[in-house]
Amino acid sequence: MTLYDDQTIQELEAKAKIIRCHAIKMIYAAKSGHPGGSLSAADLITALFFKIMKHDSSNPHWEERDKFVLSKGHAAPSYYAALAECGYFPTDELLTLRKVDSNLQGHPCRQKTRGVEVSTGSLGQGLSMANGLALAAKLDRSGSRIYCICGDGELQEGQNWEAAMLAAQYKLDNLTLFIDRNKLQIDGPTEQVMSLEPLVDKWLAFGWNLIEINGHDMRQILEACDKAKETTGKPTVIIANTIKGKGVSFMEGAIGFHGKAPNEDEYKIALKELGDCA
Amino acid sequence: MKWMYTSQRKEYANALTEVGKERTDVVVLDADLSSSTRTSEFAKSFPERFFNCGIAEQNMIGTAAGLAAAGKTVFASTFAAFATGRCWDQIRQAVAYSNLDVKIVATHAGITVGPDGATHQALEDIAIMRVLPNMTVIVPADGAETYKAIKAIAKYKGPCYVRLGRSDVPLVTSMETPFEVGKASLLKEGSDITLAACGQMVAVCLEAAEELESKGISAEVLNVSTIKPLDKEAIAKSVEKTGCIVTAEEHSIEGGLGSAVCEFLCETYPVPQQRIGTPACFGESGESDALMKKYGLTKERVIEASEKVIRRKK
Repeated sequence: MTLYDDQTIQELEAKAKIIRCHAIKMIYAAKSGHPGGSLSAADLITALFFKIMKHDSSNPHWEERDKFVLSKGHAAPSYYAALAECGYFPTDELLTLRKVDSNLQGHPCRQKTRGVEVSTGSLGQGLSMANGLALAAKLDRSGSRIYCICGDGELQEGQNWEAAMLAAQYKLDNLTLFIDRNKLQIDGPTEQVMSLEPLVDKWLAFGWNLIEINGHDMRQILEACDKAKETTGKPTVIIANTIKGKGVSFMEGAIGFHGKAPNEDEYKIALKELGDCA
Repeated sequence: MKWMYTSQRKEYANALTEVGKERTDVVVLDADLSSSTRTSEFAKSFPERFFNCGIAEQNMIGTAAGLAAAGKTVFASTFAAFATGRCWDQIRQAVAYSNLDVKIVATHAGITVGPDGATHQALEDIAIMRVLPNMTVIVPADGAETYKAIKAIAKYKGPCYVRLGRSDVPLVTSMETPFEVGKASLLKEGSDITLAACGQMVAVCLEAAEELESKGISAEVLNVSTIKPLDKEAIAKSVEKTGCIVTAEEHSIEGGLGSAVCEFLCETYPVPQQRIGTPACFGESGESDALMKKYGLTKERVIEASEKVIRRKK
């Protein structure tokens, strides 16, 4: 097990703030988008792109690279911010999000955005695509690992459970799934709209290795990924308990900011709270 | 006419196994129907490159997209009703939108599925596949053409939908006749009317053409095995000569080959046209032949429609 020193953790935390600032700026500039879920997944995305995954922005088709699938495609702002900060395209491009002729579509598009592996947005499909990537990596013996982030609400899509069966059946131990468990969806708390609990039992019953963490604790995220890497014979699901809108006080736990851009006043406060670092 | 009958599914299996032998990057998925779709033949030869996804078509298509995104050429098979309708959004979002190399080869299409009834009779699949951007739609006429189509699409970049039937069908092409994606083939020359068909309706049209000949009507028969992209040149060339057209398909008259031809001709070279296909309704249980008759997929109907459009010519 790798031990992570405090400096590594602090650097990643600082990076996550930059990602959050970018996301807020992008959504504000676009006048639309999904701040809540972008912020809840920001730490997971940061850990993956800046520490966990082997990838090379100067060679996006490197055969040995690890691959990422954002099943909850509406968290695209944080994903794009991470890609830009890694050098896949200039950070200036981030402010074109959701505008006509932009490479940055409202939801990730493989055809348009450098570094995006698969197109997502219609919920519940990412894990299946991650399965395909993981099967291919096994066939090619490439050693490449596949990382997927699903929203919690999107687990209501039945296709996820078809995919969960396949990953276990084919022993896809090169696949790690994060569930961004922010407990909120558009129409309300997940447990009121369509209960997901007992979520741990469900994944265990489907034959997955399960780890539960605080999805905003960088050290826990890194250590969970390492444990997943050491697990053989089954895929790993990391239930990351998160806060929707994490990092901006008035967005935290606020359903209203699932799919709404901040107004000018809110934008200014949000940036200030995040340290305006991007 | 005396026909030799061939199995499209058997030729699919033959071609797929050969493609698997030639190329290690070809992967096959099925959804618990491999013994019916005959992908089981590929599985026998290349078990490490065959993945049964269980009765879960949506995940099968998503998994196919992931494999294709990683550089594989993926064949995914199940019955046409499930391969298109059950997972249309997955085909749209995961496959077509990313223009990935996923070949959906569906069997048991059309009314001739027979006794299983309407739930299993795909009569809308051409329509819902052909509206998807980037999607190529192929309906082979017989076993030989199935074999050639499978070999061709393995080399053809991008998503494809290939529609096969369950029953043995008359052999109207041969292993020697060339097949090219996007090209219709002229099976019989004529000057009074164009009969444009796909699938097993090609044989029905050839029979109709023979009978029309005895009535003094010279019918040209086109096998339009690629519905999308439509071979506009071949269709235009034929109707410029004949001045009218009848389309025939084992599919709803709404949205299939007939509609594709209408869309093209009405904006370029409008001529009297009649569409033969199942009426816009669900099918029912029955023997294949009885259903073909009841739903109007017969030589007699093609002849009747031909006489009608010829009368409308002036």
